[in-house]
Amino acid sequence: MAFLEIENIYKNFGKTEVLKGINFSLEKGEVLAIIGSSGSGKTTLLRCMNFLEQPDEGKIKVNGETLFESGMQFSDREAREKRLHFGLVFQSFNLFPQYTVLKNVSLAPELLAVENSEKKLSRAEKAEIFREIDENSRRLLDMVGLSEKIESYPCELSGGQQQRVAIARALAMKPDILCFDEPTSALDPELTGEVLRVIRELKSSDRTMIVVTHEMNFAKGVADKVIFMADGVIEEIGIPDEVFGNPKSEKTRAFLEKSLENP
Amino acid sequence: MSFLEVTAQLADGFLTTLLIFAVTLVCSIPLGLVITFGSMSKIKPIKWLTKTFVWIIRGTPLMLQIIIVFYGPGLLFGWRALDRLVAVLIAFVINYACYFSEIYRGGIESIPKGQYEAGQVLGMTKTQIFFKIVLFQVIKRIVAPMGNEIITLVKDTSLARVIAVTELVKAAETIISLKAIIWPLFYIGAFYLLFSGLLSILLSRIEKKLNYYSG
Ligand SMILES: Nc1ncnc2c1ncn2[C@@H]1O[C@H](COP(=O)(O)OP(=O)(O)OP(=O)(O)O)[C@@H](O)[C@H]1O
Ligand SMILES: [Mg+2]
Repeated sequence: MAFLEIENIYKNFGKTEVLKGINFSLEKGEVLAIIGSSGSGKTTLLRCMNFLEQPDEGKIKVNGETLFESGMQFSDREAREKRLHFGLVFQSFNLFPQYTVLKNVSLAPELLAVENSEKKLSRAEKAEIFREIDENSRRLLDMVGLSEKIESYPCELSGGQQQRVAIARALAMKPDILCFDEPTSALDPELTGEVLRVIRELKSSDRTMIVVTHEMNFAKGVADKVIFMADGVIEEIGIPDEVFGNPKSEKTRAFLEKSLENP
Repeated sequence: MSFLEVTAQLADGFLTTLLIFAVTLVCSIPLGLVITFGSMSKIKPIKWLTKTFVWIIRGTPLMLQIIIVFYGPGLLFGWRALDRLVAVLIAFVINYACYFSEIYRGGIESIPKGQYEAGQVLGMTKTQIFFKIVLFQVIKRIVAPMGNEIITLVKDTSLARVIAVTELVKAAETIISLKAIIWPLFYIGAFYLLFSGLLSILLSRIEKKLNYYSG
């Protein structure tokens, strides 16, 4: 049984069928790259896993636990617990502009810690928990190379720096699987490197990740598994060498040729 | 008449004007939020009722609304007439709450969807997202338009005289018609200027404070 199992996911928006039976699995510590042309359903798939959209059909299992199954009913609270198995880094960062970099990272863990404690926390207990969160947040910001910027506000950072904060923010919730939706698409070309480097480092620390990307070289270099999506189905899935080096599907071949012409 | 005598005679007017201003502000700011939730409700009938109500209030003169609140209950249902000042306060609070609610709605709708989604994927509740993420950004976006409305309110208080509530303008008018002197009018004019001037300064201070980040 694999760490992440996605079975037969279907998703429609009204009459548009966006996902038409998605199946794949991922082992712990593996990195999956998802490529495919615009509108093929990559973002929708990530959003389904993060419970921003609810699939119409299918099953999502993490570590043996069924998080979603068609017909399953769950409360808001349960949905929140389920989605914390996944983290999501958005194309457009979506940092909270009114908070410092440090607060962007520590806010959600603090809220969760207060909420999850069974009894009312004493001031000392709360201080202790918040100190741990603060320490962890600083450590994560250090890891993405931003320890100098913890007191800055997002508007004072470059796009690449903002995206690295967003990565630290997602990691602070300790997700089992971290998803990235085209993390470098909103960046100037000279800033993509710093973000990709951070993701590469995360791989070496044995994180399970799913990266939707248009950076073919990055996908080739970092992924253990590649999915090529077309029109809401997985057109091809395999190890990078096969998918990039020797694609079986005609569509994959055409897509790769095109993205080589204008990367 | 000396300056002090005039001031003493205007005292009630001053108080009434300040009272209308303060009560309207204190009550309509929260009431406006309730109306906003109504006009953004997912329940269609609530949404359309609220929107129609706001449309009527914003589309008719405040003066007319004051008159209706005062005379309406008696003429329509034979109820005992409200106290004049109470009628004025009700009309003002409702009117301003509707204007504020539209400002709030604009502010809330201007917050990008990504802010909510970022909160959601971090496991926050709807309430946490509203109070910890969205609200502050909304406040920052609405201080300027709220400021305009608040300064308009200073001047609108003079409409209370339409049902014979002696606010500042009416108080001054009584003096000049009795004593045939003009300067009390300039006196109260200066008061309005000073009052709205101070408010503008206060509001721009707040705006500056909130401008510690851009966007
Ligand atoms: N909320 C929605 N309502 C209606 N249609 C939607 C919605 N979200 C996505 N779609 C449609 O679903 C299809 C797939 O969209 P999706 O964003 O998943 O594609 P994508 O592979 O991420 O594309 P891109 O590379 O451009 O980001 C598109 O045709 C899109 O118009
Ligand atoms: Mg997309």
